[in-house]
Amino acid sequence: MSDISQAPHVQEPPPLAERFSGPVVQADHLSVRYGKNFALNDVTAVFPPGAVGLLGPNGAGKSTLLKSLLGFLVPEKGSMKVLGLDVARSPLEIRERIGYMPESDSHIPGMNAVSFVAYCGQLSGLPATDAMQRAHEVLYYVGLGEARYRNLETYSTGMKQRIKLAQAIVHDPDLLFLDEPTNGMDPKGRDEMLELIHDLAHNKNVNLILSSHLLPDVEFTCDHVVVMDKGTVATYGPIAALKGTTGRVYELRVKGDEGRFVEVLQAAGYEVSHTDEDVMRVFVPGATDDSSKVLFALAAKERLQVRHLRPSIPTLEDVFARAVGEV
Amino acid sequence: MPIHDQGYRRYQGTRAAIGRSWQVMARAGVMSIVTKRQFMGLMLFAWAPFVVRAVQIYVSATFQQAAFLAPKGETFREFLDQQGAFVFFVTIYVGAGLIANDRRANALQLYLSKPMTSAEYVAGKLAILFLFLVSVTFLPAMSLLLTQAVFAGSLTFVRNNLYLLPAITLFSLAQVLLASTTMLALSSLSKSSRFVGVMYAGLFFFTTALFNALRGITGRSSFAWLSPTAALEQLGDVIFRLTPRYQLSPGIAAVTVLVMIAGSFWILMRRVRGVEIVT
Repeated sequence: MSDISQAPHVQEPPPLAERFSGPVVQADHLSVRYGKNFALNDVTAVFPPGAVGLLGPNGAGKSTLLKSLLGFLVPEKGSMKVLGLDVARSPLEIRERIGYMPESDSHIPGMNAVSFVAYCGQLSGLPATDAMQRAHEVLYYVGLGEARYRNLETYSTGMKQRIKLAQAIVHDPDLLFLDEPTNGMDPKGRDEMLELIHDLAHNKNVNLILSSHLLPDVEFTCDHVVVMDKGTVATYGPIAALKGTTGRVYELRVKGDEGRFVEVLQAAGYEVSHTDEDVMRVFVPGATDDSSKVLFALAAKERLQVRHLRPSIPTLEDVFARAVGEV
Repeated sequence: MPIHDQGYRRYQGTRAAIGRSWQVMARAGVMSIVTKRQFMGLMLFAWAPFVVRAVQIYVSATFQQAAFLAPKGETFREFLDQQGAFVFFVTIYVGAGLIANDRRANALQLYLSKPMTSAEYVAGKLAILFLFLVSVTFLPAMSLLLTQAVFAGSLTFVRNNLYLLPAITLFSLAQVLLASTTMLALSSLSKSSRFVGVMYAGLFFFTTALFNALRGITGRSSFAWLSPTAALEQLGDVIFRLTPRYQLSPGIAAVTVLVMIAGSFWILMRRVRGVEIVT
């Protein structure tokens, strides 16, 4: 009789210590240029182990940074280390230990899902039988178990995102690069993808870097964030610490000359950002519990009616807005 | 049940040493092509000249009256010349999509995110085409030589024409390398395998037509270097110790072939990248 504890599908992941535990990525004064334009300009950042979000608007340099770390782009200056290895000197050793989920739709033509994932496993150095076994497992894991014999060209956008994740994890990488993993997915699929990423990072101990312009995606899956803007690092650190900056956020709506009031608030040293619902979010640095009174006083001085005032929880959106200067 | 509960486990097994990915690629590529009936039909057809020649050798070895059919050194040169047509079709069938299809599906970034260099990627793709081309040139030519020895019941012919062994090898290699590298380079320039096929055929016919036009106008065949096919033919004649058919120095013919091969590698090294940069 076989011992069920020996069965592969119940094997527990080894403890975190077995994974690489130093800074997974180090970029030192990194500059990458496309023609005359700097896509990355003197970027210096350290990505700790765990789940790190690479956040920024389109064109901020997130994908360029990932492609530089993969060795696809040769930097004009600066150096990079991935898992303690120099990107310029040991690109293959690095790629053996990482998984990459590209942003764009990518597959190998003429293959079904299980052949494709097994093939990717073999390309990463797994023996054929192990690669096939793991291909089946990861396809179930990403929710494509029932569709694993279908040709990839017949897959929907959401399924293609999942298959990209499957090929990135089939060889059990120490570090995952996920470039906009929820692109083009419907809300349900997006939630499931985020659940998967969260599970990989927090339960399976896979270090990952999630590049996204979607704040909720990063906030849900990551513990740390590196905010990029215009090819530079705007801010970085643990999300909890960045959100917990001394101060208080208020949601505020006034009746009257709103533009003028924003100017008054900014002149008073407050940071103001707008939401979609005609409500401004006001960050009051170093605020105390009764700082709302200051806002009332300022409105009264400008002869404006405060229609809505509510203390709010600082979100990653606030961190992002402050970092990229959208306040 | 949430989908992530299906499990994901650490991999504890062995990993192959870095540098073997091209073998995985070559194996997968060959397997995907041999499963196509159309292609197997083409391969059977490509071996038909071998069967005809083998019958010819058998008849000449068995019947005195047919001794005039006995093979000579140039028989093998002619045979490889004939196989050139199959080299052309196999190159288009197998090679046109080798890189173009990967470019269409954005697969290059997947390949190069694995522990493999662009040189390994090219080696993997080249190996697929190389293998099939060798099987319609070198393999049947060598088999023909072996058949001659078997039907004649002696190695006299082989011993008397020992130069055939390196000649067949060298000429087949030149034929196969020229076709495969040129096709791969063209395949890396487009995302459409059909367009690549047309480009290859265009290159083949246009250069030959250009050479023939200049030959017709000037009455001299020293422009053979303009056509890789003609240059290869010239090289073949020299390799097989025959009178060269064109007024072209064998050195220039060799340089033409080498420049085509080197140029193709140069294109491949620039086109096979994980990221396409448009500035």
